[in-house]
Amino acid sequence: MKKKRTSKSGGVRARSSRNGNGETKPSVKRADEPMEWELRLYVAGNTPNSIAAFSNLQQICEKHMGGRYRIEIVDLFENPQLARGDQIIAVPTLVRRLPTPIKKIIGDLSNTERVLVGLDLKPARSFAARR
Amino acid sequence: MKNNGNPRIKTADKRLPQQEFVRKTPTGTEGLDEITRGGIPSGRNTLVCGGAGSGKTLFAMKYLCCGAFEYGEPGLCISFEENSEELAQNMASLGYDLSALEKKKVLAIDHVQIARHEFEETGEYDLSGLFVRIEHGIRSIGAKRLVLDTVEVLFTGLPNEAIVRSELRRLFRWLKEQGVTTIITAETGPRGSLTRHGLEEYVADCVILLDHRVSEQVSTRRLRIVKYRGSAHGTNEFPFLLDESGLSVVPITSVGLTHQASTDRVSSGIPGLDRMLGGKGFFRNSSILISGTAGTGKSSFAAHFANAAAERGERCLYFAFEESPSQILRNMRSVGLDLEQWMDRGLLRIEASRPTSTGLEGHLARMHRDISAFKPVIVVVDPITNLVSIGDSPAVKSMLTRLIDFLKMKNITAMFTNLTVKGMVEETSVGISSLMDTWILLREMDILVRDVSASAPERQRAIHLLKSRGMAHSRKMEPFEITDSGIHMLFLDGRQRNMAQGSESRWARKRAR
Repeated sequence: MKKKRTSKSGGVRARSSRNGNGETKPSVKRADEPMEWELRLYVAGNTPNSIAAFSNLQQICEKHMGGRYRIEIVDLFENPQLARGDQIIAVPTLVRRLPTPIKKIIGDLSNTERVLVGLDLKPARSFAARR
Repeated sequence: MKNNGNPRIKTADKRLPQQEFVRKTPTGTEGLDEITRGGIPSGRNTLVCGGAGSGKTLFAMKYLCCGAFEYGEPGLCISFEENSEELAQNMASLGYDLSALEKKKVLAIDHVQIARHEFEETGEYDLSGLFVRIEHGIRSIGAKRLVLDTVEVLFTGLPNEAIVRSELRRLFRWLKEQGVTTIITAETGPRGSLTRHGLEEYVADCVILLDHRVSEQVSTRRLRIVKYRGSAHGTNEFPFLLDESGLSVVPITSVGLTHQASTDRVSSGIPGLDRMLGGKGFFRNSSILISGTAGTGKSSFAAHFANAAAERGERCLYFAFEESPSQILRNMRSVGLDLEQWMDRGLLRIEASRPTSTGLEGHLARMHRDISAFKPVIVVVDPITNLVSIGDSPAVKSMLTRLIDFLKMKNITAMFTNLTVKGMVEETSVGISSLMDTWILLREMDILVRDVSASAPERQRAIHLLKSRGMAHSRKMEPFEITDSGIHMLFLDGRQRNMAQGSESRWARKRAR
């Protein structure tokens, strides 16, 4: 099973292990701390982009989600079969699985403004009409 | 390509690397492997470009199916446009069951969906995800063949063109290291550019262009090898056909004049004509042209030939460009030929079509396919004149050259009829007589032949053997008649001939048997 990370876990060593079926276990909400945000970050190996994306994501989550989130890191080198499910072609790709609808943000998440827009944490000015 | 044993070529081989050194992967598209001398370069990337509806996807999928079926090479399709179901439906129309192939693990389809509105771009990224998917697909079935259909979608799907460009460059280089032979499809751009996004700059090994153009309301598909690094290839535009049996390319006379000449003879179906042809008839595997003005009996001659073939138990394919099958059957019944029985027994097939139904190349490709399927010994084309109406003379001539070459390669004896205009009798309208081994001219005789029993003189049809390569043949002009029991030669004896030339005389009719 892929390593699930919470906000508290540091570093971006995308460790993961296979359980044979390659399926993602459905996230289980903890009763005391409901997970409002379920994020999955797809990376391919330990590249500068991956590291940057993860640290950028952590910062954004800490600041805007206040602990009610979970980040799951998927290293496609380890679990290539998972790329198909979320239609990943670019890495890093951040997928917001919850709350729905699913959103995808590609890149190293260095443009905080756009990450917030992409995660619906901030209304997009230029894209307001579409949303 | 095998060396044909010519010592001069062998020495050249030692000095220069020839196309033999590029390993090739057959594409399964009929004719293309012949043009490219074996297929597309193995382990490299081939770009297939063409406009919308030019058959790129079909071409690519045929390549995969062919690999899976005939060469035991599993194939992976990374489809950017159509999903598995759509692809399966398209290929089902060609008789391929993609889902069965997928179950057998000889084919995998990965549909890559890119919807730009789903993406928010926030900084640096690369396309390793795509690499991972391709690599995973290749590994999972041990793919030897790969198709990327249409990779250009990335340009519209992803916001940063510079990244897409550099990543594609990296991808194509990387693919060469994966041990797969890849076909990349791309749409042609405006103003004659090969691809809309200049992919041909990155895929440099082999570029194939599919073209679909309409000229005078007749559409023609053509294929051209734009580039083939390290290999000789046909550089012409080759017509190709896209229909329910897939894609087939018609190579022009690349094989050259290498067919075997036969010494066997085949009867024309008319004893008198056989007698004129050295007593034995035409050579097998030769091409025969029957020219004549309207109403001189060209079709009847062709029908006799077909009938005789069927009587011998040989298959005959009759291409009719003027009359429908039932019309031919009715007309030939009036001269005592029952062709229907041969059709019922599967010895005769009449393929009727309007010349204008498709372009010359379309006709050629269709005839190719029909001949390959029916495997006839005799082919009749009645008449070739009508094809002139859809092409200019050089085009018709080149098409006929290709057809005749093809027929000779297949050891088929072919008869063509040709309508000539009075006054230019010996000029065949398309100048094709040089392609023919035997040329028969039917004409209305200028002389009057009078039946002894008839009171009025009648105009007489006559046959003249202008040429018949490789045999002693009659050079006389012989009158003939078409009766309800067929065509009969009326051989004249010396005195009658003199009288005929005197043109005022009377003569008796003598029926040849």
